[in-house]
Amino acid sequence: MVPSMGRRKDLRYRFSAFGESAVEWAIRLCGWSAILFVFAIFFFVFREGAPVLFGELDLTEFITSVNWRPDSTIRPQFGILALLAGTASVTALAMAVSVPAGFASAIFISEFCGPKAREALKIIIELLAAIPSVVWGFIGYMVLNPVIIWATGAPIGINILNGGIILALMSVPIIMSVGEDALKAVPDSYREAGLALGASRWQLTTRVLLPAARNGLLAAALLGVGRAVGETMAVLMATGHSVRIPHSVLDPVRTLTATIAAELGETVQGGTHYRVLFVIGSLLMIISLITNLTADLIVRGVKGRHGT
Amino acid sequence: MAAHVVFRNVTVKYGATTALDDISLEVPTHQIFGIIGPANSGKTTLLKCINRTIDFIPNVRITGEVTLDGEDVFRVKNVCDLRRRIGMVFPLPVGLPLSVYDNVAYAPRMAGMRDRAQLDELVERCLRQAALWDEVKDRLRLLGTKLSGGQQQRLTLARALSHRPEILCLNRFSIAVDPVTTSKIEDVLLELKREMTIVVVSNLVQQVHRLADRVAFLNSSRLIEVGPTDVLFSEHPAHQLTFDYVRGHFG
Amino acid sequence: MSAEAGRFAPGPIERRKRLVERAAYVCLLLTTAALILPLLGILAYVVVKAWPVLSWSFLVENPKNYMTAGGIWAPLVGTLDVVVLSLAIAAPIGVLAGVYLSEYARENWLTRLVNLAVVNLAGVPSIVHALFGVGVFVLMAGFGRSIAAASCTLAIMTLPVIITSTTEALAAVPFAFREACWNLGASRWQTIRTIVLPNAISGILTGVILQVSRAAGETAPILFTGALFYVAVTDSGVASFFPYGLRDPFMALSYHLFTISTQVTGASDALAYGTAVVLIALVLTVNLVSIVFRVRLRSRRKW
Repeated sequence: MVPSMGRRKDLRYRFSAFGESAVEWAIRLCGWSAILFVFAIFFFVFREGAPVLFGELDLTEFITSVNWRPDSTIRPQFGILALLAGTASVTALAMAVSVPAGFASAIFISEFCGPKAREALKIIIELLAAIPSVVWGFIGYMVLNPVIIWATGAPIGINILNGGIILALMSVPIIMSVGEDALKAVPDSYREAGLALGASRWQLTTRVLLPAARNGLLAAALLGVGRAVGETMAVLMATGHSVRIPHSVLDPVRTLTATIAAELGETVQGGTHYRVLFVIGSLLMIISLITNLTADLIVRGVKGRHGT
Repeated sequence: MAAHVVFRNVTVKYGATTALDDISLEVPTHQIFGIIGPANSGKTTLLKCINRTIDFIPNVRITGEVTLDGEDVFRVKNVCDLRRRIGMVFPLPVGLPLSVYDNVAYAPRMAGMRDRAQLDELVERCLRQAALWDEVKDRLRLLGTKLSGGQQQRLTLARALSHRPEILCLNRFSIAVDPVTTSKIEDVLLELKREMTIVVVSNLVQQVHRLADRVAFLNSSRLIEVGPTDVLFSEHPAHQLTFDYVRGHFG
Repeated sequence: MSAEAGRFAPGPIERRKRLVERAAYVCLLLTTAALILPLLGILAYVVVKAWPVLSWSFLVENPKNYMTAGGIWAPLVGTLDVVVLSLAIAAPIGVLAGVYLSEYARENWLTRLVNLAVVNLAGVPSIVHALFGVGVFVLMAGFGRSIAAASCTLAIMTLPVIITSTTEALAAVPFAFREACWNLGASRWQTIRTIVLPNAISGILTGVILQVSRAAGETAPILFTGALFYVAVTDSGVASFFPYGLRDPFMALSYHLFTISTQVTGASDALAYGTAVVLIALVLTVNLVSIVFRVRLRSRRKW
């Protein structure tokens, strides 16, 4: 036996055993409560919107009508088509800019630049990713607004163009970093094989690495889309307040997220408007779940394929 | 001091795979007991049953009885006390990310020992027993993970000895370690046999021949033969399979 | 010699390849620069426009005259209070939950589902957290619009990420260490307390610190759960550090930036830019701390 482990140690053992099981119970409790919170969010948001979803809300009107008049005293209308168009247009513009640019930067950082520059760039990107969305909205509203008016002659500078640029700048860091991870995940043996065949770095990138990293890059783009769709404050401040289908990038629009942000404060708890906003929230949650799950599955597939 | 381990009709299954199939054997006291057999024959599982680290494997089903000194190991009140009666050395050397001193003092501290003088004496004794003292006596503050592979394996041995086990189990201890260290550890084992029971699992048949007094041969989860070393390694063991394995005809 | 040089001299295909390579390099460099430099330029512009207003008194004075003058003390302290409280709730629960998921929970479909839920919750839009906060904390629990409700909402928002960074930090500690300790007679908790947690703490802290900056910058979750346009608050003395009670609504830096730029007329631009600068500085400082932590983690590896 270990020296001095006698019967009198029994008491101390019982104390420490008690203390230890107390700690383990605290750990289990935290584990279970965290799990509870995680699922609670999903269920609660769905539940608050559910009565109206299966009741007064006409689903066809909801999805196909552009008339969003929740406060009308005559006949409230809850068509979100214009809002969907708002979200879609801003996101599309943002992705059109940020995906190619983000990929290009990811390629540059991963394959073309030196190690010191890489470290510096990665830190800069990480810091840029940390900038809060209200600051981005502020930049769109105060800085980009007059620039757009001056550059395009439009009457107001808060519109799809403004929101799209701001969202693009916000999505670029995540596309860059996930894209760079995707390229890094391609095994070095591919690079060595390509170089041994005499390929230049550019040929190596376009012919070997990009196809191999295709899934990871797709996941990066998806995550960028997810971020853009879910963004609230920046689009609230940068895209304007006009609820209608846009006809040009200079038109102001309103997104789904901004609608919730702008209107939740004025609703009556339990009222129809209140519940419809929760339905929109559920829709946003589903979209983000789908994009995240798909991106996750795609990345998982990549890991399997390369055998890492 | 030394204990008597008995396996009685022990079957262990991981899910659908059988790791041990109806094993019955006795490990006598104060001897070196060797276990040989090809890969996946259940040798590691057997060791894990003795100190109940098999508990950490999910979906495991165990039937039969394993006793230590007559006491059923699966029914002890305090598993940690049980594990302190058994010392374990693994195939890959592991130095804990603590100083060499704290590595060896870890088990006694977890058992409640606090007195500095006692710990000092214990650390020195175990490091001497493990043939590592001379190399580290001036560098006890060195991080255990920074030692060489051979040193880390002897450090593991010192850790295993630090809680004064009745049985010392070594699971293929020499596969990742140089021949000089291997020979040092083998000498240590021959010394330690006077104080405790030693179980050596090895893929190196010659090593078991050198060390063991009694040998068990496992194949595909079954116990094929157990007996004195001379018998199993002779021209006429009880089973043809034993003869073939010892001569290297398979495995 | 010249025969050898002739053999390896670049032919036309090789020369074109090198040209394309050079062109690609330049294009990629320019794209990256085009993304980063304007951003740095914008940030510099913001600082310049804020310059007239940036001073110590800006930080410690309260807003005056319907937000058209004064400083940002009330919003600043509001943000600090609510962030500290939310992390005080989320960090212990999140870290222990991470310990549970990583070290205690059995590998089965439930655990996998929980991990999936946790990872995906991190991607939920922040306005959905606002909806949850309003429904549960403001209304159902009856906190009303208050520090309590907003802190709880922020805590739920940061919880999943803290859990994930904890499980990742714990997974980075090699399994062999745990096995070695178990075989020495250490219990699960003893092993975690003495070997696993101490070696994972840097990674865990990095994750928690990052959530501090996220909680300080988010506006949507506090929009309806407690942040208000204006709350009268004392300027000086010890009370000015804790001006808000748990049941009181409060001002917050992020929300203040939103209102002062979009809803206040007559305020000088500099005030709004000043608020933006303080918020950016706060967030960037916290993130820099976490980066320094991470670098320190990498260099002090014990194995």
